Amino acid sequence: MNDPILEMRRVSKSFFSIKALRGVDLTVYPGEIHALMGENGAGKSTLMKILSGAYRPDPGGEIRIGGKPVSFNGPHAGRAAGISIIYQELSLAPNLSVAQNIYLGREVSRFGMLAREVMEAAIGPILERLGADFAPSTLVAGLSMGQRQLVEIARALHARSKILIMDEPTTALSAGESERLFGLIRRLRAEGLAIIYISHRMDEVYALGDRVTVLRDGTLVGSLDKPEIRADTIVRLMVGRDVSSFYKKEHDPRALHGPPMLAAVNIADGRRVKGGSLTVHAGEVVGLAGLVGAGRTELAHLIIGAAAKIAGHVEIEGRTVDIRNPGEALEAGIAYLTEDRKALGLFLDMSCLDNINLAVLGRDARLGGILDRDKARDRASKAFAALAIRATDIRVAAGGLSGGNQQKVLLSRLLATTPKILILDEPTRGVDVGAKSEIYSIIDNLAKSGTAVLVISSDLPEIIGICDRVIVMRAGLLAGEIKRTATTPLDQEQIMALATGMEQLDA
Amino acid sequence: MPDDGASAKAAAAPGLVAAQETRRQRTRLLIRSAGMLPVLVLLCIGFHLLSDGRFFTAQNLGIVVQQAAVNTVLAAGMTFVILTGGIDLSVGSILAASAMAGLIISKLPDVGALWLPAAVLTGAIFGILNGGLIALLRLPPFIVTLGSLTAVRGVARLLGADTTVFNSEIPYAFIGNGSLTLVPGVLSIPWLWVIALLVILVSWLVLRRTVLGVHIYAVGGNESAARLAGIKVWAVLIFVYGVSGLLAGLGGAMQAARLYAANGLQLGQSYELDAITAVILGGTSFVGGIGSIWGTLVGALIIAVLSNGLILTGVSDVWQYVIKGLVIIGAVALDRYRLQGSART
Repeated sequence: MNDPILEMRRVSKSFFSIKALRGVDLTVYPGEIHALMGENGAGKSTLMKILSGAYRPDPGGEIRIGGKPVSFNGPHAGRAAGISIIYQELSLAPNLSVAQNIYLGREVSRFGMLAREVMEAAIGPILERLGADFAPSTLVAGLSMGQRQLVEIARALHARSKILIMDEPTTALSAGESERLFGLIRRLRAEGLAIIYISHRMDEVYALGDRVTVLRDGTLVGSLDKPEIRADTIVRLMVGRDVSSFYKKEHDPRALHGPPMLAAVNIADGRRVKGGSLTVHAGEVVGLAGLVGAGRTELAHLIIGAAAKIAGHVEIEGRTVDIRNPGEALEAGIAYLTEDRKALGLFLDMSCLDNINLAVLGRDARLGGILDRDKARDRASKAFAALAIRATDIRVAAGGLSGGNQQKVLLSRLLATTPKILILDEPTRGVDVGAKSEIYSIIDNLAKSGTAVLVISSDLPEIIGICDRVIVMRAGLLAGEIKRTATTPLDQEQIMALATGMEQLDA
Repeated sequence: MPDDGASAKAAAAPGLVAAQETRRQRTRLLIRSAGMLPVLVLLCIGFHLLSDGRFFTAQNLGIVVQQAAVNTVLAAGMTFVILTGGIDLSVGSILAASAMAGLIISKLPDVGALWLPAAVLTGAIFGILNGGLIALLRLPPFIVTLGSLTAVRGVARLLGADTTVFNSEIPYAFIGNGSLTLVPGVLSIPWLWVIALLVILVSWLVLRRTVLGVHIYAVGGNESAARLAGIKVWAVLIFVYGVSGLLAGLGGAMQAARLYAANGLQLGQSYELDAITAVILGGTSFVGGIGSIWGTLVGALIIAVLSNGLILTGVSDVWQYVIKGLVIIGAVALDRYRLQGSART
C-alpha cells in the first residue's frame, strides 16, 4: 500500500483531570474511506477538533501529515495543512451566494472591490466536477440540504484538502440525496482523497467504509478491514458487550380488530401533502417511510393541528375529530415527538423537571393554576427511573444532557399525557447506540400496552426492525403499504422502490 | 464544544463528573440569583463612606425606596415581557395616559374614588392592545411598542387637552406620600414601597408557582417548542403585555397620588429605559426564558441607589447621565457573559 497521508500516534487529550482521548493511533491512507464510529462521548468529536486545530493535543503524541510532523496552533491550522471538516450542522451563510460562501474570509478583490466574477469563475469547474446542478452565484438559502453539502465539499476541494472529514453527513439528507453523496464520496476516493467518515449508521458504513475504526471512552478499541466489517462486531466494539437483540419487537399485532385507533383520511395542505391517508391500530407500530421531502413530517403536523389542512379529516377510534392545534391533539390523545428536538421540542434552559411536566401542568394544577410541585417532582423522578435517563438530578437543565437522554426527556413529556396515539418523528436521530436500543424497547412496551404508534423514520433497518407495517409516502402522496407477515419480514428494497417510484419502472 | 468535553468526561469518570457538574450548576445558579446583590451592597457602602455617612439614614433610605417604587413596579411588568423574549417600550407613555385618566376621573363628582382602578384599567387596556397586535398579528414587539410609545403619549396629551391636571383633594393620596407605620416612631415604610414589594411578591408567585409562570418561561425559552407542546402562545403573550400595561397603569396611579397632578407631556418620559435597565441588571436575559423577579428588584434598587448616591456625593447632573448610560451598557455586557454559561450555546 502507498504511504499514509495521516498518522496519529499516541494522541491524547485531557480536560483538567479527565482524559477525553487516550493514546489514539490512527492511520489513514490516501484513496480510502475510513469510517470512524463510537457512541456519543466516545471521543470522535475531540479527535476531530484536534485535527481541525481547535484543540491542542496533550504533549507526547504525534501527528504526521504526508510523513511530516505537524503541530497545529489555532482553529484554522488544520485547514491550512490540508484537512477539511464538514460538520453535521453545516456552516454556511444562507444569505450569501455559493461562491461567496466558499471564499468567505479570503475574498478576492480588485482595487478594494469584490471581484465577484473571478470568484464565480473559479468555483464553476469545481461544482461541475461534483455534478452540482446549481451555479456559483446561487444563494445558499435556496439550496436543499443535499446541495448545501455539495457546497461544503466544493469548499474543501477548493482549499485543495487532502483529507476530508465528514461528521454524520447524511443526518439531514433524504435517501436519494444520500445515495448521490455516496457516489460522490467514492469518486473523491478514486481521485486520491482520504475521507474520514463519522457515522452512527451501520448501512452507510457497510456501503462506504474501506476500514472502520471504533472509539470507546476515548480509547481506540479496534480497526476492522473491509472483510471484517459486520454489524455485530462493530456494535460489540462500540458498547463493549454483546447486544443480542438490537431491535426489540415482542408485541403481537395479530390480535387486532375493530376500527383503527387513528385514521387520517385524504389529508392535504395544498403544498407538501397532496393526500395522505393512513391507519394505526391500538397495539400496532406502523412505520411511515419515504424520502426526506416526501411530506411525512408535514403529514404528522397536519394530523396534530400544527399546520392547517385544506382537505381531509382525522378519525380517532372511528369518530371524526376536529383538531386545530397541538394542544387539542394532546387532549384528544395524540402526542407527537418532533424530529428536531432542540428547535421544536425541548426547552434547553429549563430543568428536566419542567420539560417533563410541561404538557400536564394544567391537568395537575390545583385551584385552576397553582403548580403541584410534589406531583411534578414525583412524575419526573419516575420518568428518570422508567426511561433510564442519565442525569445528575431532575433539576439539571435539559440542554446539558446527551442526545439520547434529551430524547428520553422529551419522550417522557409525551408519555406523561398518557397518549392513546404516539407519533414519533425520527425518534433515534442523533442518539447513540445504547440509547437507541432503549428507545426501541420503550416503543415495543408501549405497543404491548395498547398504544397506537406511528414511527416516521429515514432509517430503514430501524423501520424494518420495529414496525408491523410500513406506509410509504412519495411526493406528498401515499405510494404504498407493506405488511409484515409471519413468514416474510419487511423488505428494504421494496420500501425503497416505493419511496423512489422505481416500482413503476419495473411494471 | 462544551458538550463534547462534558460528554467525553462523563464517559471517563461518571461519579466525579456528576459531582463537578452539580457543583458547577449550583454555582451558576447562585451567581445568577445572587447576581447583582453584591453590587448593590457595595454601592450602598461606597456611597455611605463617600457622603460622610449620609446614606444609611432612615430619612435617606426612605427617599431611595420612594424613588425606586414606581420603577420597581414598571420593571416587574417588564420582567414578564422580557422573559418571553419581548420588549415593552410603551410603559412610560402608558403610565402618563393612565395617570391622566385617573386624575380626570378623580375630579368627577360621585365616582371620584374610582380613579385608582380606572387608572390601572386604562393601563391594562393599552397593554392588552399591545399584546393583541403582537400575538395575533405576529408583529415584532419592538415595533409595536415603539409605535404605542408615540401614540399613547399622544393620547395622554389629548386627555388633558395638553395641560397639567391638578387635584389637591385626590382620594387615596396617602399611597403617594404617606407611610405605613410598623413600629410607631421607629419604623415606617412609604406606602409606595409597600405597593412595589407587593407587586414583586405577586409576580414571584405567578412566575414560580403557577402553570402560567412556567408557560411564560417556556415561550421565552423556545417559542416553537412551546407551540408544539400545546401551550397557547398567543394567550401568554397577551397576558404578559397586559400585565406590563396594568402595572404601568398602577405606576401612573402611584405618580398621580404622589404629585396630586399629571401632565401628559412630561410624566413618565423615558421611564421605559429605567425599567428595562432594572430588568437586565437583574439578570433576566434579553433573549428570554432566563431570569427572576428578585433580580429585577435588586436592579431597580441599584438604579435608585445610583441616582441618590450620585446626588449625595455631589456629582453633577450631567455626569449622572453619563454614569447611568454606562451602567446600561455594562449590564448588557453582563447579560452576554451570563448567556455564555447557559445550556443554549
